[in-house]
Amino acid sequence: MISFPVKKDDITIVLCGAAGQGVQTVEQLLTHLFKQTGYNLFSTKEYMSRVRGGSNSTELRVSSHKVQAYLDTIDLLFPLSREALDHVRRRISPGTIIIGEKEKLAPGGDDIPGIVDIPLSGLSQKIGGAIYSNIIIVGVIAALFNIDRKAIEEYLRDRFGKKGEQVVAKNIEAVDAGYEFGDGLTSSGTVSIELTRDAGVEDDIIINGGEAVGLGAIAGGCNFMSSYPMTPSTPVLTFLAQHSKEFGIIVEQAEDEIAAINMTLGAWYAGARGLVTTSGGGFALMAEGLSLAGIIESPMVIHLAQRPGPATGLPTRTEQGDLEFALYAGHGEFPRVLFAPGTLEDAFHLTRKAFAVADKYQVPVFVLTDQYFIDSYYNIPQLDISDGKIDRHIVETDTGYKRYAFSDSGISPRGIPGLGKGLVVVDSDEHDEEGHITENHDMRIRMMDKRLKKLDAVVNEAVPPELIGKKDASTVVICWGSTFPIVREAVERLSRNDMAVLYFKQVYPLHPGTGSFFKHARKRVIVENNATSQFGRLLKLHADIDITTRILKYDGLPFSVEELEKRLLEVI
Amino acid sequence: METNIFDSGVRDMAWCPGCGNFGIRNAIMKALTELGIEPRNLVMVSGIGQAAKMPHYLRCNTFNGLHGRALPPATGIKASNPGLTVIAESGDGDMYGEGGNHFMSTIRRNPDITNIVHDNMVYGLTKGQASPTSPRGFVTPVQVNGVILEPFNPLAVAVALDASFVARAFSGDMDKTVDILKKAITHKGYALVDILHPCVSFNKINTFAWFREHTYYLDDSHDFHDRNAAFTRATEKGRLPLGILYENPDKPTFEESLAVYQDSASPIIKRELNMEKLSELIDSKQ
Repeated sequence: MISFPVKKDDITIVLCGAAGQGVQTVEQLLTHLFKQTGYNLFSTKEYMSRVRGGSNSTELRVSSHKVQAYLDTIDLLFPLSREALDHVRRRISPGTIIIGEKEKLAPGGDDIPGIVDIPLSGLSQKIGGAIYSNIIIVGVIAALFNIDRKAIEEYLRDRFGKKGEQVVAKNIEAVDAGYEFGDGLTSSGTVSIELTRDAGVEDDIIINGGEAVGLGAIAGGCNFMSSYPMTPSTPVLTFLAQHSKEFGIIVEQAEDEIAAINMTLGAWYAGARGLVTTSGGGFALMAEGLSLAGIIESPMVIHLAQRPGPATGLPTRTEQGDLEFALYAGHGEFPRVLFAPGTLEDAFHLTRKAFAVADKYQVPVFVLTDQYFIDSYYNIPQLDISDGKIDRHIVETDTGYKRYAFSDSGISPRGIPGLGKGLVVVDSDEHDEEGHITENHDMRIRMMDKRLKKLDAVVNEAVPPELIGKKDASTVVICWGSTFPIVREAVERLSRNDMAVLYFKQVYPLHPGTGSFFKHARKRVIVENNATSQFGRLLKLHADIDITTRILKYDGLPFSVEELEKRLLEVI
Repeated sequence: METNIFDSGVRDMAWCPGCGNFGIRNAIMKALTELGIEPRNLVMVSGIGQAAKMPHYLRCNTFNGLHGRALPPATGIKASNPGLTVIAESGDGDMYGEGGNHFMSTIRRNPDITNIVHDNMVYGLTKGQASPTSPRGFVTPVQVNGVILEPFNPLAVAVALDASFVARAFSGDMDKTVDILKKAITHKGYALVDILHPCVSFNKINTFAWFREHTYYLDDSHDFHDRNAAFTRATEKGRLPLGILYENPDKPTFEESLAVYQDSASPIIKRELNMEKLSELIDSKQ
């Protein structure tokens, strides 16, 4: 008899199947069940650009300590088809336990050693059809990790209750069948898992990147959103739509991204706090609207969830390829701010801050994420919203109000139509202090200087990079945005005290103290999920930092911790 | 003309002497005054082009945005603060060409705004190229052999999309234009007013005299609540009908259909973030 004892404090489960086989339902179910049971959890998914078929996979990393990054290693694999198995084959190691239906996975003979056979077809047919296979697997996993059966029932009732008692009953039946099978594996000693629980997890929340940005927007006072659906940015649109009524947020699906940003600029003009969410291709259409925000000095918040380009590229994959696009998009010269959260907490706080900065300085502010970030879940401590005050930088106007009145800071008090006696005039042409068209060249210079000057004030509020490790480390591994938790874990694994990680969460404008982090670092290794090291160039241009080594990845997938550990070893 | 509260006092306007825009400006000022609208509660949203400069020559709140993009910000403004009177105004190239997608989608959305389109069948500011409404055969520096595209028929498109108010005016008729504008502005829902007017510099075909000869006013025999009749009028060849072609008074507006205004009429801009609810939402993620 085969036997797989798993004694680790960190176990990776991978479920894979075709789109439509319910892999995502399992992810949602298990994510919450693991967390409720007292395990730390990280999950992420990769999927093809299709609604049915193909091969998609979801990784669930269950751990006794906090985990926030993607691993290649698979401890437990649940393939729902042969194609799915082949799809993740490169990640299978001798230690991988494959649990699946032998007849389906290896119809021509047993070329997959060590497979634990589960009669999924038979079990699911008994219950009512193949659609129950995924829930049976939930039952198996629940048994292996000793998850309370009642908790599963409660969750299923919660989730499927609306569909009627029969649907709930069938799903419970499926879980029970899986549970029984899993119990059998444990009692026979075929698979035994020992994983310590973490009492600290109980009060944590578990969210994904899309929810972190969405919650940050609500906390930032967002009350208007207009966008056009585009993977991977859509979860933010969906999230705010779902909470639209509750929080008084107007959410409108625009006819295109041009309308989306222009509608949202109208909302800001009228006194709302607006957000657009998009990806590279959609943002390309927003470029003229971004430029409009620049000249009318409108606040604007843009969530740009990156995916590989050019053009349609790899629509459902991940990349950090639009940093320079966001930085340079829009005709003409005007200030802007770019945040790039690497953790869920940062996504929440920076999205919230994006509204504050946009409103205060009357500039467009970006929140740069990517597919990997948006689709990754993990548990984090409760988000702190105790400092809940929202400063609205809106003035009641008086007769003679001038929207673009000159000031020392370059910032003019912003009025809105209908509030006060004054009139609010904004114009995409160069304009005078009142906002009316001008072709006076001296006025042009004064207005350009006024707008650009705002960047000085923005710099003073810049978020500094975060250093993990010693200040005098001779090797600094630089990253920005979503790669941060992966870089941090890879560097931790190397456990070298001459190495530090420097994580940038505001990528433009850079904090004025950026240079000081590089004083002792002879080796400056940058890790980026793109092909040309865009942030490396930005560091050179804006902080005169020379990068010594670049570790780049642009196959459409995130770095894994193991892969990065190996690549770091090669260069240090 | 006597001083009007909407008269900004600007006398150096960028329009050519004899331009139909002057007549439209007077009609707008008169209509707004007669309706008792206050400049501070009016927002004029425009795109780019000669027509789009209108708000600069009026005394009102102004959002002079991008070419073709007047309707989306107008929608955003009205939804954020439904108490404001919002007028989106631009030329035919801006509204029907560059902004064509927004034109169609705004009709479908039905915000309570007025859409005034200066329709002179030619591009003025870029010096005389064909516009979407230029007639076939119209020769320009670009369309050197004459326009070969079927002209865009804004009224027929609007009626086809069941726009809630569709009218056409002629800048040469002050009183009638004022009357149409007043009805459009007071109409609840999206209201299109296509205003025919001559371009004295670049359109030597559709002149003042041509419009006089090729238009007629709809009389009582036209039932403007009859969509089929409106479509028939909108697609007539020969003389162009003026007046209200179509009205559908029963359509819900965009704003009143939004979830945020179901239980409260208070504009979203006047509401505070409910921190307690946010706490609950975060807690629900446990």
